[in-house]
Amino acid sequence: MANRIVKVFPRFERFWHWTQMALIFTLIFTGFGLNGLHGLIGFKIAVMLHTLAALVLLGVWLFATFWLFTTGTWKQFLPRADGMFEVARFYAWGVFRGEDHPYRKLFWRKHNPLQAATYFVLKWMIFPAIWSTGLVYLTYNFWEPLPNAVFWLEIVANLHLLAAYVIVSFVIIHVYLLTVGHGFREHVKPMVTGFDEIDLTPEQEAYLEQNEPWRLKH
Amino acid sequence: MRRLASIVWLVLGLGVWLGLAGNGLAQDETGATPPPDRVTAPNTSTADHSKFEILQQSFASGPEVTAACLSCHTEADDQFMHTIHFQWEYESSAGQMLGKKNVLNAFCGNVAGNEPRCTSCHAGYGWDNMNQPPPAQSTAVDCLACHDRSGQYTKLADAAGHPPLEPVKAGAMTITGQPAWAVDLAKAAQSVGQPGRDNCGNCHFYGGGGDNVKHGDLSSVLYEPPLAVDVHMSPEGENFTCSTCHVSDQHEWAGSRYDVHASDPTGTGKPGARRDLATCESCHSNDPHPSTLIGMKLNDHVDVVACQTCHIPEFARGGVATKTMWDWSTAGRLSPEGKPMHEENYIQSDGTALHTYLSTKGDFEWGEDVVPHYAWFDGQVEYTTGDQTIDPEKVVEVNRIHGARDDGKSRIWPFKLMEGRQAYDAGFDKLAYSHVWGPTTDTAFWTNFDWSRAIEAGMKAAGSEYSGDYGFVDTHMYWPITHMVAPASDAVACAECHAQDARLAGLAGIYMPGTETMSWVGILGRLMVLAVILGVLGHGLLRLVTRRKGGSHHG
Repeated sequence: MANRIVKVFPRFERFWHWTQMALIFTLIFTGFGLNGLHGLIGFKIAVMLHTLAALVLLGVWLFATFWLFTTGTWKQFLPRADGMFEVARFYAWGVFRGEDHPYRKLFWRKHNPLQAATYFVLKWMIFPAIWSTGLVYLTYNFWEPLPNAVFWLEIVANLHLLAAYVIVSFVIIHVYLLTVGHGFREHVKPMVTGFDEIDLTPEQEAYLEQNEPWRLKH
Repeated sequence: MRRLASIVWLVLGLGVWLGLAGNGLAQDETGATPPPDRVTAPNTSTADHSKFEILQQSFASGPEVTAACLSCHTEADDQFMHTIHFQWEYESSAGQMLGKKNVLNAFCGNVAGNEPRCTSCHAGYGWDNMNQPPPAQSTAVDCLACHDRSGQYTKLADAAGHPPLEPVKAGAMTITGQPAWAVDLAKAAQSVGQPGRDNCGNCHFYGGGGDNVKHGDLSSVLYEPPLAVDVHMSPEGENFTCSTCHVSDQHEWAGSRYDVHASDPTGTGKPGARRDLATCESCHSNDPHPSTLIGMKLNDHVDVVACQTCHIPEFARGGVATKTMWDWSTAGRLSPEGKPMHEENYIQSDGTALHTYLSTKGDFEWGEDVVPHYAWFDGQVEYTTGDQTIDPEKVVEVNRIHGARDDGKSRIWPFKLMEGRQAYDAGFDKLAYSHVWGPTTDTAFWTNFDWSRAIEAGMKAAGSEYSGDYGFVDTHMYWPITHMVAPASDAVACAECHAQDARLAGLAGIYMPGTETMSWVGILGRLMVLAVILGVLGHGLLRLVTRRKGGSHHG
């Protein structure tokens, strides 16, 4: 195993991450404005921004999903129990003792098991929950003639709100965990430059040297 | 020089004296001066009535003019006599007999017993008994009330629809509350044309006994409204007359508060103006907002929110207040000398002081730029007619607005909510008719200040059985608001409803984003985020503390 600086986040993946961040922040800000939590933005402008940001984000997600499946990157996000306990134990205990993070990033496994599980839940449950309720909410006028539409609207709106609060919680933990270990700057950098420290097998290293030398920093 | 000066003074003095005397003389015979010319819609008629010989005569009465009109317009009398403007009667779809002839309201109460005063605004001549149908002879129709374009035709305030003619009685008033002037009937007859804003307004702006008293959205401001008050009727805007929207067919007008089209699913329909109704949609269609993101969202509202709800942010705009409360129970208080009293404690924005107490009428409250009351409305209005039993312990709704969220046709509409306290028959628990006007009777309240005689006479005039006991009951009356459409930039902003305790607070059957930030999910979410923040802070603090203790770490 050789520890190399490898390009693990290609341009699209970084673009995807940061647009997602910007849009999610827009949605959180405008959405909680619409909910009445703050009055920092006018209702009308908030409706426009929220709707636009949501539609753009859905578009980005469609592209990302296509990209994940065509490039095989989707496998990165499959949750695995292997090593999960060690990571959990590290955050709950080891980090206070000055231990090293137990997970070593691999070329085809750049997320630690807890991270992968979190992203899996986010991608398969929380995000679908927010965009499905959001779309149903947005298209209220199409299903309004159904019986008890106002009751269902209230249910949909509250599920949308609940999902939003879960996402806010995720964002807080996500940003906080960037400070654990190598530090905030070190953790954000790979998502900017695309390069991260990865343990490569001799075969992977030889393959990349031969076929994708641009992925390696010398 | 001195002599010349005195001659000049003498001549000047004589001139002034003659002028004053002449003026005084003129006042005696022809009364006050008619209102000034106003901006009106252009006349596009193919007939110049001043060229018609039959109109070039000196008319001695209103009916004589009508006879001349009918010599050409042979069917006009028959058409007009079947309309609500002449019959003052309307059978609702629920089978109630409504119309001014029958209903009680929260203002002057009732027509019966007060005819020549109330029927001063009848579009006819000489109807002085509500127990009879309006006069049947064809000349009883008042063509000039609606068609005079000379601007100087008016009706006396207490002459069952007749105009003031020479010589004008001292103290005579017009239906708009002005000192009366002698109407020149020939001039009026030769001027006729399609009705202008003033023709309708001279009665409809002054309902309830004064400018904007009754409706709230119909005031003298609409004779020539600024754009900010009414985009349709303003000469700076569309310069519409009333009949631009209130289209007519054979003298039958579209649009009445007895028969409201609370929603119009047909919209603009086929090319050409629809003649059967006056809705916003009949011009603006059912998706009136532009195809932008926000326009589409606004169009999503139109099936449940009436156009008026957002586009008439307040009523009684433009400087004329409307009466919002009328308490009849305090009427009759006289000064120590036994004289009727008045108080003027409301100053309108134009500086006019309005009555807040009159011995004849009781206590009033007024409002300008009033935010409407909102309710689901399907167009049906049911009245508490004089034969219905009421519960005097509760607020009696003089009229009830029908409609609900889930009936598929109601929309949220704005209303003027009129609060009243008015007489009722305490023995039979029903609203009471009262005889208020009658300068020469010994029963009229405004002359004798005695409720028991006034109510007895009113009940008799209305043909309603009276127990002999009366009391006063709190009432509410609802007036649909549909005029004074503001410029789009002044429309009610989203957050005026989409916020906690906002305009539509308490309305049944709605869920609106922005109104319930403290729902249980909202509270749960807040607690979750708070727990996460505390957890993260705790974790971080613990890391900081253990690091200080000297534990090894990256670096």
